[in-house]
Amino acid sequence: MTVAVLEARTWRRFTPAQRLARFAVYLAMVTAIVVSIQTVEVIPEFMLDAPEQMADLLKRMWPVAFAYYPKGVHEALVETLHIATLGTILAVLMAFPVGLMAANNITPSRTLNYIAKLLLVSSRSVNSLVWALLFVAVFGPGALAGTLAIAFRSIGFVGKLVGEAVEEANQGTIEALQAVGAPWLSVLTKGYWPQIQPAFWSVVLFRWDINVRESAVLGLVGAGGIGMALDTAMNLFQWDRVAMVLLAIFAVVIIAEIVVTAIRKRII
Amino acid sequence: MVTVTVAAGRIAFKPNWWARAGWIALVVYIVYACSLLDVTWARFMVGLDNGARFIGRMFPPNFSRWEILAKGLAESLEIAVLASTLGILVSLPIGLLASRNLMPVWVTWPARMFIALCRSFHPVIVAIVFVKALGFGALSGIAALTVASIGFIGKLFAEAIEEISLKQVEAVRATGAPFMNVITYGVLPQVFGRFMGFATYQLDSNLRNSTMVGIVGAGGIGGALFAAFQRFDYDFVCAMLLSIIFLIFVGELIATQVRAIFLERTRVDEE
Amino acid sequence: MENGAALSIQGLSKEYSRGKPVLRDISLEFAGRGFTAIIGPSGTGKSTLIRCINRLVEPTAGAIVFQGRDLVKLSGRALRDARCQIGMVFQEYNLVERLTVMENLLTGRLGYVAPLKAWLRKFPPGDIDEAFELLEVVGLTSFANQRADSLSGGQRQRVGIARAVMQHPKLLLADEPTSSLDPKTSVEIMTLIRDLGTAKNIPIIVNMHDVELARRFADRIIGMAGGVIVYDGAPAGLTDGHLKSIYGGEDWLR
Repeated sequence: MTVAVLEARTWRRFTPAQRLARFAVYLAMVTAIVVSIQTVEVIPEFMLDAPEQMADLLKRMWPVAFAYYPKGVHEALVETLHIATLGTILAVLMAFPVGLMAANNITPSRTLNYIAKLLLVSSRSVNSLVWALLFVAVFGPGALAGTLAIAFRSIGFVGKLVGEAVEEANQGTIEALQAVGAPWLSVLTKGYWPQIQPAFWSVVLFRWDINVRESAVLGLVGAGGIGMALDTAMNLFQWDRVAMVLLAIFAVVIIAEIVVTAIRKRII
Repeated sequence: MVTVTVAAGRIAFKPNWWARAGWIALVVYIVYACSLLDVTWARFMVGLDNGARFIGRMFPPNFSRWEILAKGLAESLEIAVLASTLGILVSLPIGLLASRNLMPVWVTWPARMFIALCRSFHPVIVAIVFVKALGFGALSGIAALTVASIGFIGKLFAEAIEEISLKQVEAVRATGAPFMNVITYGVLPQVFGRFMGFATYQLDSNLRNSTMVGIVGAGGIGGALFAAFQRFDYDFVCAMLLSIIFLIFVGELIATQVRAIFLERTRVDEE
Repeated sequence: MENGAALSIQGLSKEYSRGKPVLRDISLEFAGRGFTAIIGPSGTGKSTLIRCINRLVEPTAGAIVFQGRDLVKLSGRALRDARCQIGMVFQEYNLVERLTVMENLLTGRLGYVAPLKAWLRKFPPGDIDEAFELLEVVGLTSFANQRADSLSGGQRQRVGIARAVMQHPKLLLADEPTSSLDPKTSVEIMTLIRDLGTAKNIPIIVNMHDVELARRFADRIIGMAGGVIVYDGAPAGLTDGHLKSIYGGEDWLR
């Protein structure tokens, strides 16, 4: 008969390798924070001055110039909404093929996957404001530049999420359609599309919501929309008008959120 | 979409009138909006021509003034790191205060209003306001992106807490543990994974935004970018854009790795 | 009255990883009619065998001759045409959940209809008529315009069977069609498969793990163990001894 010796057992939450990995991450984070604090240039006088400056700003914004709305704000606001909507639609049209190319169950070629993913990352990495700068330089100031900026920025977002939805589709269903002898295009339209539909609409609505916010500031670099009214008012130091514009933007963003939530409840 | 009625009135596909109306409305809208915004084919073609010339001037990218480039990128990185840290630190208590299953209404309501306010404005607009208040430089950028982070992380954190199983919290409470311990052992383990998920996402997002708040003077590479644009130094612009894309790409890779480590999706010691 | 086509499997082998063959040099002949059941323990390659026939799994070696062509060598259009002739019923039904029952039935015709027409749902009226008739046969007429995911397991499998029959196949395969269903529904489904196959006069090859069900419905039983065939004959000849060599262990036989 063997006598079992009970060693003292300690409970560990993570394996040694995992603990090392987590520790490494924490260390890296702390280092990054410390280095950043030391190197960032902050002028202390500005910080101390801040409350006074903010109070001054708020004083100048009051009373809000509501009268400015019909002439200076309304049209620009509507233009902003069109830029956001048209830009989103354009983005969806362009994102579809790229997103499909990035999905590894539809496109077997690893190279094409990689290229598509690279395109999507690039689209996301460049801010819509920077895209706007580019397109203003190419197409001149105005709503065209703004729409294209929104579109190109959104391709990465929509394409990535559509690609992920496709990769997560139920492969059994797809197998069945292949076993039936369906051509590739029919497998896409009858097998993948019904499955990704809810995710697709959700993504499009989400992106439109964000795009409404983004379109509002594109005018700061001349790409149309209400940002231009903002820019003008700021340059002329008409802070009461600035306040009007900010309120208008705020209202539109809230309305957009309400619309999106309502549609979401109905569709999904 | 097509109704096929067969003998004895059997309908194979019910026509979905809502969907059809939707598609028609979409096409009508596109035509309308294009004309409103003066988005015409002619302008587009002219633009393509410009575009070709433009791209010609951007390539090859000019890295000769790499010191400005490096300094700008470093500053953007610092802004992103500090804004994310501050944002996370502030979002933790605020998110907790905003969760309706843990806190009474008179606490959650102001907390949720605050988070919603932080989310409503575009980081650039917030940056403009902070530039007026705090002056030019990185401080405004950090402040602006902290506000944006609170809006994002605070909201998702509160939602994550609202989705947890209260049974686990009850169990910890039943052991007689004080409030903070209840939070640490009952609430946090359930939400930590998801929290890491959106914390890393926000770090990425801040990195992206920090590269452009500089356009309004809030520090980072955005300032150099804008200046180069106005000087028509398009090859320098190209160099900066490529560096930004590279930086963000690396950032995303690191974020994925961190998420893998903390969400325990990759076990390091698998056979 | 349709006629089935004969199937000849010659020297079929499959290794998922090197040195670990799941199918070892299998050779089988199937006439153009009859109900064959393949039984054996999990992981013995029955599912792999069935899926090699319509190339959902790629064989490592061997030939599968159907309608005068070696299926293993086909690709592209020719492979799709061959698949059109082979209907398959799956364990998990594999319907398109968000489409209606009627649309699911019509996906059986996707191999014959151009993609654009399929997308716009312009199927030939003959197909639609046939779909309605089949729905009556499987007893799901009132479900025609309901979403597939609102049906029970047994109902979904009936849709799966109807879809396979819509192809006008010359061969019907079924990969564990009743493994996710309760005993009563399993018998109903097997009856449906057998009746439809007999009515259309096509051969049926079914993969299953329920030996009693196999005995009841099949007129030929193939027992596999360890990737090879250990029994091939009538259900009556299947003795306990055979079952022991197929499944191993004795307790379950009592």
